[in-house]
Amino acid sequence: MSSLKKCFNIRSRDFIHAGEASITVQQLLKQMRIDSALIRRIAVCGYEGEMNVVMHGGDGRFCIEINTERIVLDISDEGAGIPDIARAMEKGYSTASDAHREMGFGAGMGLPNMEKNADEMFIESVPGCGTKVRMIFFNRST
Amino acid sequence: MKLSLVAEILEATFLCGEDRPDIEIDKAGGSDLMSDVLAALSDHSVLLTGLTNIQAVKTAVISGVAVIVFVRDKKPSPDIVALAEKHGIPLLSTPCSMFLACGRLYNAGLTGLKGTR
Ligand SMILES: Nc1ncnc2c1ncn2[C@@H]1O[C@H](COP(=O)(O)OP(=O)(O)O)[C@@H](O)[C@H]1O
Ligand SMILES: [Mg+2]
Repeated sequence: MSSLKKCFNIRSRDFIHAGEASITVQQLLKQMRIDSALIRRIAVCGYEGEMNVVMHGGDGRFCIEINTERIVLDISDEGAGIPDIARAMEKGYSTASDAHREMGFGAGMGLPNMEKNADEMFIESVPGCGTKVRMIFFNRST
Repeated sequence: MKLSLVAEILEATFLCGEDRPDIEIDKAGGSDLMSDVLAALSDHSVLLTGLTNIQAVKTAVISGVAVIVFVRDKKPSPDIVALAEKHGIPLLSTPCSMFLACGRLYNAGLTGLKGTR
């Protein structure tokens, strides 16, 4: 398999389109016959990451790079940033609004879910500038 | 158990997917928290929820949920039904509360998402 890269824009506060990048990528990975458990892990990470950009971040970008050995998911945004990453990573920590909670989000489990499902995860954030989350998945089945 | 039996037990109506009553279901989960659905072993399950927004359907697509049942007679708007239809996810609506719907399906033999009872 040669390397393939796809990118999508994510619009801040656009709840109607939120999740479309992850669903498109999920379908692409199915067509590529990637292992279904791996696809689920990538889709869950993508979707939680996308929802975070839409809810908490600014306009952003969702890029996936698929190689024989590994799949790299980069989700970045130019939003408010995360002042305390260690705190944001805690299970249950959330700054989500009541409106987010009414949509079923804001349980403070997104970043912990992403960390659990990715083989490796890196977060960089500069308050006032934005956030970058990189998740790496090893493509063991190929 | 077949989806048609799930519908019968819950006295539920199909909002879409009634052309596939033979889908096999053996586990169920009830939640209004989408991150919980995403974190659990929810693939091939029935999701019982009171949330009828577009994220409920997208969460089901991402996590591989087979069927969504909306409790307390809730019904999503037509565009949300159309999205579920596009992704092959039957949607049902039951007059039962979350408690009753879970109890009835448990009683009929469905397991939790981890396969335990
Ligand atoms: N892209 C982002 N930009 C700014 N803040 C973020 C971003 N992603 C996460 N956060 C912060 O980290 C917190 C925890 O995120 P998460 O674990 O996904 O929980 P939740 O989204 O349910 O609040 C969020 O409430 C928010 O304060
Ligand atoms: Mg989140």
